Amino acid sequence: MAELTSGPLTASELEKIRADFPILSRTVREDRPLVYLDSGATSQRPRQVLDAERAFLEQHNAAVHRGAHQLAEEATDAYESARARIAAFVGIQPSEVVFTKNATEGINLVAYALSNSAVAGGAAQRFAVSPGDEIVVTEMEHHANLVPWQELCRRTGATLRWYQVTDGGRLDLDSLELSERTKVVAFTHQSNVMGTAPPVAELVRRARQVGALTVLDACQSVPHSPVDFAALDVDFAVFSGHKMLGPSGVGVLYGRRELLEVLPPFLTGGSMIELVKMEGSTYAPPPQRFEAGVPMTSQAVGLGAAVDYLSAVGMDRIAEHERVLTEQTLAGLSEFSGLRVIGPTDTEQRGGAVSFILDDVHAHDAGQVLDDLGIAVRVGHHCAWPLHRRFGISATVRASFAVYNTPAEVEALLAGVHEVRRFFRVSA
Amino acid sequence: MKLEQMYQEIILDHYRNPHRHGLREPFDAESFQINPTCGDEVTLRVALDGDRVADVSYEAMGCSISQAATSVLTDLVVGRTVAESTSTMDAFMEMVQSRGQVEPDEDVLQDAVAFAGVARYPARVKCALLGWMAFKDAVGRVEASAEDNGAKRAEAQ
Repeated sequence: MAELTSGPLTASELEKIRADFPILSRTVREDRPLVYLDSGATSQRPRQVLDAERAFLEQHNAAVHRGAHQLAEEATDAYESARARIAAFVGIQPSEVVFTKNATEGINLVAYALSNSAVAGGAAQRFAVSPGDEIVVTEMEHHANLVPWQELCRRTGATLRWYQVTDGGRLDLDSLELSERTKVVAFTHQSNVMGTAPPVAELVRRARQVGALTVLDACQSVPHSPVDFAALDVDFAVFSGHKMLGPSGVGVLYGRRELLEVLPPFLTGGSMIELVKMEGSTYAPPPQRFEAGVPMTSQAVGLGAAVDYLSAVGMDRIAEHERVLTEQTLAGLSEFSGLRVIGPTDTEQRGGAVSFILDDVHAHDAGQVLDDLGIAVRVGHHCAWPLHRRFGISATVRASFAVYNTPAEVEALLAGVHEVRRFFRVSA
Repeated sequence: MKLEQMYQEIILDHYRNPHRHGLREPFDAESFQINPTCGDEVTLRVALDGDRVADVSYEAMGCSISQAATSVLTDLVVGRTVAESTSTMDAFMEMVQSRGQVEPDEDVLQDAVAFAGVARYPARVKCALLGWMAFKDAVGRVEASAEDNGAKRAEAQ
């Protein structure tokens, strides 16, 4: 069979992909086939990732960047090879990839490094954040790209400001003017609730105009579409391994090389040093400067295998596949009265997270009925509480997709929503 | 099917027609509780008459389980002594946190036995307890301020 190289995945390709994910064949809640629509929270892992982790641990395990024995060499090679492949996957240099525990840690790393700049002296002084400075975020951020900035403001006396969200779930670019005091503009590449993809180029242009740094939360974009940080021209970006078919416990911080060169460290200790004396220490060049302690290794190797897997399928095709699923979901949900999608109702500038509310059924109750049918969705505020508050709601039901989801699963979700309404006797 | 065991008619009835809903005066203490994982909220007021619960009033935003549990709570505690209410609360908590291992006492828990099915869904236990946490906190506040006043009176004498 000739491999297709464009367009959505075919049924036979999907079947092959699904066979790579052992968990997808299990049943839940009294023998229901699992319909996993919660990849926005965490994705499932293919055998190739699990095998890579296991092979590393069975054959090459050692502490990386220490020791001169053969295993140490092999482990270091595996770790650095993963770094190089992950870098290539998102269009950057290996030296610009900092391994972190997850995306949350990556954002905290930047926020703490910025506040450490004030006392680091030298070239880092340019990053110092002072009272009266501004940190800008958006109202649609995940708590991970909001709370660390609130804390940075608290530590430095800077002021947090934010772009608002329109009723349609888009970023309101008229709601805020940056100023010469704006030091950071941090925003999501794709809302984890609404799927909204804000205009990165315009936000970068505005930030650059006032000399502010840009920080991109790419957790929900990197697993689902081709992403090139160099082309996006952002200064920093983060993503998490476990949302992109990889292991938990590993994430990536991208930093533009010349910025990482002068940024002071966040966590300090072993591995990240150049010279240590009792009186004080100097630090290694990036990325090692930002990787204190023995790092997660089998996880990094697993993430390397995950990007190999995604690349083999093709990110263009994955994006198109998920766009089709999203379109099908939005069309199906629009048939229900008393159901409201929070966020864009078309697939323009939008990814595959679809959140909705029902007039007469709370999200938790809807999720419970769906769970009883074997359908795993997320319910609640999805770590974006201010966004929910902006829409005057406390919780939504969210379906989110990955490469392994099928049109039949979308049908199951839509049938499930019917069942929710029947169960709670909501009139049609 | 487990789902029907959790969403018993009695729970859905309380959800659709909650008892003693709304915030009323007078009251002795108020408590605001929130479930940080889902954003559900309850504001609950307690009015005591001596050691008896004279009224419980509340505003709640949340799922059927949390709303119904708060409605049932008011049935169980209004008109009873604080001590009786506390032992009912302990029995309720024991039941919903038991993962289905504790057989509830219908004489003590009355309508609240309907929440036994919730115990099988650990993620929903917090929903069933939200109103009770507010009640416990509000009663604690009344008692704390009574002790405060007692101490002040003692000082004044």
